[in-house]
Amino acid sequence: MTKSTDNAVTVRNVYKNYGKTEALRDLSLDFPRGQLTSLLGPSGCGKTTLLKIIAGLLPATSGEILVNGEAVKAPGPDRAFVFQDFALMPWASVMRNVAFGLELRGVVKSERESIAEKYIREVGLTGFENSYPHELSGGMRQRVGLARALSVDAQVLLMDEPFSAVDEQTRRKFQEDLLGLVKNENKTFIFVTHSIEEAVYVSDQIAILLPRPSRVMEIIRPSGFRDKEVDSIRRDPEYLDIVDRIWASLRSYVE
Amino acid sequence: MTLFGYKLPNMSSLILWGILWEIIGQMELTFFLPPLSDIFTTLFEIGGTPPFINALKETALAFSVGTLSAIVIGVPVGILMGKNQLIDELLLPWVNLFLSAPLTALVPVLMVLFGFGLKSIIITTALFAIWIIVLNSRAGVRQINQSLVEMSKSFGATQMNALTKIYFWAALPEILSGVRIGFIRAVKGVIIGQLLISIVGFGSLFELYASNFLMSHFWAVLIVLFALSFIIAEFLAYLERRVDYYASRR
Repeated sequence: MTKSTDNAVTVRNVYKNYGKTEALRDLSLDFPRGQLTSLLGPSGCGKTTLLKIIAGLLPATSGEILVNGEAVKAPGPDRAFVFQDFALMPWASVMRNVAFGLELRGVVKSERESIAEKYIREVGLTGFENSYPHELSGGMRQRVGLARALSVDAQVLLMDEPFSAVDEQTRRKFQEDLLGLVKNENKTFIFVTHSIEEAVYVSDQIAILLPRPSRVMEIIRPSGFRDKEVDSIRRDPEYLDIVDRIWASLRSYVE
Repeated sequence: MTLFGYKLPNMSSLILWGILWEIIGQMELTFFLPPLSDIFTTLFEIGGTPPFINALKETALAFSVGTLSAIVIGVPVGILMGKNQLIDELLLPWVNLFLSAPLTALVPVLMVLFGFGLKSIIITTALFAIWIIVLNSRAGVRQINQSLVEMSKSFGATQMNALTKIYFWAALPEILSGVRIGFIRAVKGVIIGQLLISIVGFGSLFELYASNFLMSHFWAVLIVLFALSFIIAEFLAYLERRVDYYASRR
């Protein structure tokens, strides 16, 4: 099978049925390497289902997922997941939570802690290594989740509405930080969101999914404002146009 | 509790009941209730004697081996039941049956199967403790946050990893409360075992004192037993409170 080196992840003709319910029907989508692709759509359009299939957490009924040209069926070290509800172990310190992915891979303690240390610093949690999740705010907890995903050094980061459980101001900060990550980390990001503004703000490519049956309606690639300063994006005419255009096409699907 | 503006320490009502007991005892209304002061005098008299120490040792041995095996078997079984639908369907009816069954009625059967010795007493003790431990571990696992399970999977956890690093810890608050209730039930189990199977340990002291109408001796042993099980239960409750902070946040 030939592969396009430009795409870190390729979804090909994926079907997913729950009994008689069709969650995904013949869905194909490419995720360019080093870029952030958003999966955007109304609730029930199967965006989280698709993300979990790519993660290997759910089996597809048929079709295939290629990561770096190889078909995957189970979770692997090439992908790391950031959870909507953070999924931190409440009984473990920030340090152990961040290092947990490495712990499962059998990395020795001193080594994994020095790696974790680095990513704890990177997400701005230095000084909280020995805190427990319940001592942190929602935003800080998601930083722990992010540091855990980064520390396993996977090429593909799968993010399931990662900022939906944090407050508005923290979310804006996260979105700005995410742009920095995409620029500096050279990883491929797949980002599920239900916020149009968020998707347009952070994405190199936006895949709009529609429900019943789930399909990719449109792929939008914002081009003009990607290299602008983070605080001028929201005033960019192209940004505003795309937000309007997406809302116009999604409006009829929102009950 | 607060009384007339003073904050009373926990269990200060015990003092009131103690005084009432002493008064009724001094009135010599019934041989069954000697004054509390007599009971404590007796307690200090018999407390250091070899028969008492022996009884304490025998009971402690049967109790600790019994409860320990109940935990070692009960916790993993409960976790597996919570995790695996098939195992759950197979075992749940039995666990519920034995949880509510009058286990004392089973003791003669155990005697036939395992003889009249320590082994039967230990099994009786374990049998009293294990079912609630199984049920609580199962309940703890069943309300685990599914994200944590997916998280461990996505980072490549094996089944064994998931069991020991996620399921056990997530269920720990429930497991501990199961163990606490199990311990309280095991106290009942060990004494019933020692009374019915072979008259040893505290069971033999109860038998001896009751049949000779040595009521203050009888009460003294009972108070020691109360105190011991109370201390164990409180210690486990303390452990439970230590992990409580994350029980609501899974």
